[in-house]
Amino acid sequence: MTVNTVRNAGANPLGLLSNFWRKQAPNIIPPVLGVLGFLTIWQICSSSGLTRLPGPLSVVTDERTRTLLMYPFYDLGGLDKGLFWQTLASLGRVAQGYSLAALVGISVGILVGTQPLVNKALDPLFQFLRMVAPLAWVPIALVALQQNQPAAIFVIFVTSVWPILINTAEGVRQIPDDYNNVAKVLQLSRKEYYLNILLPAALPYIFTGLRIAIGLAWLAIIAAEIVMSGIVGIGFFIWDAYQQNYVSEIILAVAYIGAVGLLLDRAMAYLQKVIAPTEQK
Amino acid sequence: MILSYTHTETKPMLNRPLNFAATQPALPSLKTATKRSSFLTIEGVSKVYPTRKGPYTVLQDVNLTVDQGEFICVIGHSGCGKSTLLNMVSGFANPSSGDVLLQGQRITKPGPDRMVVFQNYALLPWRTAFENVYLAVNAVHPHKSQAEKRAIVRDHLAMVGLSEAADKKPPQLSGGMRQRVSIARALAIRPQVLILDEPFGALDAITKEELQEELLKIWNEHRCTVLMITHDIDEALFLSDRLVMMTNGPAATIGEVMEIPFPRPRDRALIMEDPHYYTLRNQALDFLYHRFAHDDE
Ligand SMILES: Nc1ncnc2c1ncn2[C@@H]1O[C@H](COP(=O)(O)OP(=O)(O)OP(=O)(O)O)[C@@H](O)[C@H]1O
Ligand SMILES: [Mg+2]
Repeated sequence: MTVNTVRNAGANPLGLLSNFWRKQAPNIIPPVLGVLGFLTIWQICSSSGLTRLPGPLSVVTDERTRTLLMYPFYDLGGLDKGLFWQTLASLGRVAQGYSLAALVGISVGILVGTQPLVNKALDPLFQFLRMVAPLAWVPIALVALQQNQPAAIFVIFVTSVWPILINTAEGVRQIPDDYNNVAKVLQLSRKEYYLNILLPAALPYIFTGLRIAIGLAWLAIIAAEIVMSGIVGIGFFIWDAYQQNYVSEIILAVAYIGAVGLLLDRAMAYLQKVIAPTEQK
Repeated sequence: MILSYTHTETKPMLNRPLNFAATQPALPSLKTATKRSSFLTIEGVSKVYPTRKGPYTVLQDVNLTVDQGEFICVIGHSGCGKSTLLNMVSGFANPSSGDVLLQGQRITKPGPDRMVVFQNYALLPWRTAFENVYLAVNAVHPHKSQAEKRAIVRDHLAMVGLSEAADKKPPQLSGGMRQRVSIARALAIRPQVLILDEPFGALDAITKEELQEELLKIWNEHRCTVLMITHDIDEALFLSDRLVMMTNGPAATIGEVMEIPFPRPRDRALIMEDPHYYTLRNQALDFLYHRFAHDDE
């Protein structure tokens, strides 16, 4: 109806919208159908008693969860905060741990990539440590740092630093001889070499590391918070809800976690595309 | 046809106006071209690479002296060690025995006085043509003002006819244009020796001739010493003062050095009408395909 009448009015906002819809519909409809299908089957399984897990509709039907859904910004002090604040607290920890990981990972990666001897000395250690799961670091971090907050940040750091470090080192080793030869014949200073050749040449690798790391960091914070008690954060929120058997709250929190993880990954992918496009050369 | 076959003096014969002379200082080295024979000396140089099957002698007892401002082409079958020889002049490799001396100084490492035009251009793909040249100028003249440095870059890009494409990045340039940027970068830092490793090998015939002529024109104006590897006899005859012909490896050495006496500035058509051109050409062909024919050719 409306769509038909404005189809030819290209400059008109409604016309633009319908244009957009016609182009994007094949990209939008299948995923929406997929998600709806998944939720429907889940709901049927729950309603029919096949599983004790509440269905997705419980997020709305359950009284407590509906409040959480409708009021993400409430703040009653202490640990009693809306999901927005819980997520933000977790994100804040991720930002700190991840920034530290990026700083250390890139610098040590460059060192290891440029100094074969240092690489020989440290590589086995790195390969060993990166296999330690985030959860295993939690008790170590708690004993070593004594407090929840720094321990959580350390867990983020230690989980996400390895892909950054290893990819940076690989990127530095992959720099084509040609570029290094240019630097040698021009006798570039160390600073000039780093800025003009090493960093740009290794950038695609560094970004690959950063993108893998952001996902790991987000996974790790949830795991870490679940184990640490008494902090504001979406991970501990889940643990708390589980202890009190508010299962539909967990479902809602998991939706938050998935959405934030997806957004973080997309954001890194976007940055990567803008800063280090792969079609160089 | 009046061509004299005496080896012409290496001083510049500037019979055409310099369009950028105002911004470029004269080559200081031209004034001091007194000790001609000792400018660049390759003395008893051998190069042995250790391999899994034991030491492999690439070059054995190579001797060559190059005058200042001379244009030398090196020709030889693939794998005989031409790049290895020039790498010892640029400083990327060191001789296993013997010496390579530039003005009496032993060459130990690469430096901007011996600038290289690399085989595959070696331009930084994340920098524009302008920025690629600027990087070199800035590295060599850190104390010049930015305006001066930019002027040098602009002049040299103009010299190779790339003013229009200055802000394009190498992936957006054709092979010929990339090679032009690479040559502009090399010349912009006024090297004493310019080393080119098969610079036009990957280009089509027309672009190749254009670039040969540009290179020659620029060299006529600046007269740096040029060492250039080529596989193309006609290219060598058109460009060089002397053609160094290498024997086959392993343990290759210089088999023969041919004087190319055509006066400069050279005109391709004029040279090719000269009967002596074919005498030289046949002599080089005979060297490469009869006396030192490649085993698998
Ligand atoms: N680092 C190295 N280790 C061992 N052998 C090497 C090394 N570098 C070069 N060679 C060998 O030295 C020989 C000469 O190589 P070089 O690259 O100088 O030849 P070239 O004359 O430049 O050949 P082309 O015309 O194909 O470029 C080759 O047989 C090559 O295999
Ligand atoms: Mg070679």
